[in-house]
Amino acid sequence: MTHPPQGPIPLTLAVNGRELALHVAPWTTLLDLLRLHLDLTGTKKGCDHGQCGACTVLVDGTRINACLALAVMQDGKSVTTIEGLSRGDELHPLQAAFIEHDAFQCGYCTPGQICSAVGMLAEGHAEGPDDIREQMSGNICRCGAYPNIVRAIGEVMGAGR
Amino acid sequence: MIPIPRMPGLLEGPTTQVGKPVSRVDGRLKVTGAARYAGEHAIPGLLHGYVVSSAIAKGRVTRIDTGKAMAVPGVVHILTHENRPDLAWLDRKWKDQDAPKGSPLRPLYDANVSHSLQPVALVVAESFEAARLAARLVEVAYEAEPHQTSLLMNRDITFTPGKDKGGFEPPPAPRGDADAALAAAEVSVDLEFTQAAEYHNPIEMHASTVEYHPDGSLTIHDKTQGVLNCQSWVCGVFNLPKSSVRVLSPFVGGAFGSGLRPQHQLFLAVLAALALKRSVRVELSRPQMFSFGHRPETWQRVALGASRDGTLTALVHEAVQESSQAENYVEIVVNWSGQQYRCDNVRLDYRLSRLDVHTPLDQRAPGAATGVPALEVAMDELAWKLGMDPIQLRLKNYAEADPNTGKPFSSKELRACFRQGAERFGWPDHLPPPRSMRDGRELVGWGMAAGVWDAMQNPASAKATLGANGKLSIATASSDIGTGTYTVLAQVAAEVLGLETADVAVEIGDSSLPQAPIQGGSWTVSSVGSAVKAACDQLAKRLHALARDAEGSPLAGVGSVRFADGHVVAQDDPSRRMPIQQVMRAAGLPVLEEKALSVPYALGRLRHTLGTHSAVFVEVRVDAELGTVRVTRVVSAIAAGRIINPKTAGSQILGAVVWGVGMALEEEAMTDHTLGRVMNHDLAEYHVPVSADIPDIDVVFVEEHDEVVNALGAKGVGEIGIVGVPAAISNAIFHATGVRVRDLPITVDKIRAGLAALP
Ligand code: FES
Ligand code: FES
Repeated sequence: MTHPPQGPIPLTLAVNGRELALHVAPWTTLLDLLRLHLDLTGTKKGCDHGQCGACTVLVDGTRINACLALAVMQDGKSVTTIEGLSRGDELHPLQAAFIEHDAFQCGYCTPGQICSAVGMLAEGHAEGPDDIREQMSGNICRCGAYPNIVRAIGEVMGAGR
Repeated sequence: MIPIPRMPGLLEGPTTQVGKPVSRVDGRLKVTGAARYAGEHAIPGLLHGYVVSSAIAKGRVTRIDTGKAMAVPGVVHILTHENRPDLAWLDRKWKDQDAPKGSPLRPLYDANVSHSLQPVALVVAESFEAARLAARLVEVAYEAEPHQTSLLMNRDITFTPGKDKGGFEPPPAPRGDADAALAAAEVSVDLEFTQAAEYHNPIEMHASTVEYHPDGSLTIHDKTQGVLNCQSWVCGVFNLPKSSVRVLSPFVGGAFGSGLRPQHQLFLAVLAALALKRSVRVELSRPQMFSFGHRPETWQRVALGASRDGTLTALVHEAVQESSQAENYVEIVVNWSGQQYRCDNVRLDYRLSRLDVHTPLDQRAPGAATGVPALEVAMDELAWKLGMDPIQLRLKNYAEADPNTGKPFSSKELRACFRQGAERFGWPDHLPPPRSMRDGRELVGWGMAAGVWDAMQNPASAKATLGANGKLSIATASSDIGTGTYTVLAQVAAEVLGLETADVAVEIGDSSLPQAPIQGGSWTVSSVGSAVKAACDQLAKRLHALARDAEGSPLAGVGSVRFADGHVVAQDDPSRRMPIQQVMRAAGLPVLEEKALSVPYALGRLRHTLGTHSAVFVEVRVDAELGTVRVTRVVSAIAAGRIINPKTAGSQILGAVVWGVGMALEEEAMTDHTLGRVMNHDLAEYHVPVSADIPDIDVVFVEEHDEVVNALGAKGVGEIGIVGVPAAISNAIFHATGVRVRDLPITVDKIRAGLAALP
């Protein structure tokens, strides 16, 4: 497996509403594109193997693990990261609820949790706390903020009904 | 005994900022992704380092072929022991503040390999991907030697460590004759416990970004719990003056102990930056997060003897833990057993066994989370044998003073923890017999346990600066690993000067700021909070003097003032007041700055035992056939002195309970002893709790007043929350199923084997 890397491939991508024309090496993941090339470090790397959820972003509205997605395969798609959730100074309701309920400690899993929650609410399959627990279990919080994460999401979910 | 004088500067109630459930002041930065962690600083021309880890557990590197790796486009350099620059050779230079006795690891120092995944090379490349690919192409040949990685196979090859690490106390001398009393006891239990090694696995992987400046100085963004520890260590190892090394860690993505010592990614990033005169980042991979520091695997024996009325007559607690070949990692495992309960015959024994592993490292409530659960399970087993309620057994042997030393506790509201916790949980007067509560497929069980941790304090300094705009800034080289340091320091400062928490800006995680201890041991609020209070007290004193002397001051001649709403206010006449900003203007001072060093209240600490206490109550449901366990309810009642911020402190307890669930049911580093290597070194195979594993958790802070621990009366809450949890879960599983598993984690296979063996 020692193929030399191929040269950069052209790619258009809307990131947080901004259209970008990029050249990206085929082995670069969406996560590394965001963090290393676009300096959008709000999306976190916790394992690089699809095991922790820290890298969760929304691609065309669907939550995915950015570490498992090659950047070049997102051509023409629209990516929303944690940096794209608030409108100016106004926080997304989930961001505000996370602060209010102390739904994080170190904050490292937090962007992934919040993006994942946005995606989960859009999926519309959660009815109550047990569903939230189940459907948010792809996002590890080593600090153990789970009860407060469930409360924060529950509040926003309730308000949205 | 002569009474000791009251500690000066005690914070008196009622308080306005302290005790308030203030939301985290750094919350907005964290929920918007604006908080930057160690591996997230963009620097022009940054190089990426990728570590090559040893494939063997013991032996020598005989050859390293970097030809193929160097051929990968973008690779700049590969560092190995063969081409590394000069490094310090005295052990002393390699020791950090948290190093135990022995010789610390020196990565890439020579050809020796002392543990699996030890770094043997660093590939440095223009891109992360090139470095990662090339790391795989580095060909390393080894001469392997036989290794030992199994604690249970080496449990008899032990030695008794001395005071081999800061904060460690060897067990106290025996009292009475525990073995004879055990043999003569009317009722007794004699139990063995084993516990798997655990890895910290903060979600942020360890990373260091080293910014190389043209003058050769370094700015280092490191994942650490102690910027000063890393600064002095880097200076020692690389022979650099302190003025050339600045270490920053304003945000730390969890650590739980993993950042107490400088880890090898820091070393390698600095090595490469100095060798190449360029900025370098090294980030470990998740598997490499299993290459340093872990909660050691442990074997324990707890034997208790009692008379029929439940009076403890004998207590034996022995523990054997693993350490590495080169260092004596020690933690207090058994001493708590001599402290928790009154008993006349006690023998405590603690030993180490050397294995070919990396040196273990403090992990949340080190030692206590291992030793106390063993004691608390034994107490539960004794209670069942006696036919006594487990709370009653604990109350029967309640220690009013510390039995290890005879000293009184500075405060100990453990009784209130039992009472309030039991009430919240609905603990019955008579626990139904084991295996008697069934709900459909599931067996339901209740268990409880007590917990204890020390209330420590270290010297710390802080600077408080009041600006002309009335805003206050606090600066100290402390850290916030998720604990809430930013927020509680702001609250303490606001309290002293009568400001709102929002008017206080806190700066931490920078080695250029006033000295603070490594963040650990639950001592940050106690140490750094006290320093902040002291600095603000000094500011208050100066403001008082300036206000009194100001021309036409309403406070002229006033001897005693307080601070409220941004004003200096006469103590006994609230109408005589002056805005702080006006005081400064009148004195012609645009800024007012005070720095203070706070030290522990030595006399009080000498005369008392200081600790936090807890009582944990758990409900589990176990599938009667599959043996799967669900934790469905947890009540954790905590006595930890004054709680500065119930919101962030509550989160510390929640998180620690989650850790307790992990320890009881999930976390287990599985070593293949043939390879001497942890097999499940990622987050798919090393299980930590996820949201679906965690129920709602009820945290109760019991009122506790303490005038010895520090001027804030606050004991710290980072560790106490985990301590009782594994035992309470284990006891609840027994109550549900009738099966005792004394080997953590309690996984399905062990429960099923127990169910199958039931009569
Ligand atoms: S970094 Fe993508 S799942 Fe962990
Ligand atoms: S807040 Fe630290 S990992 Fe979730």
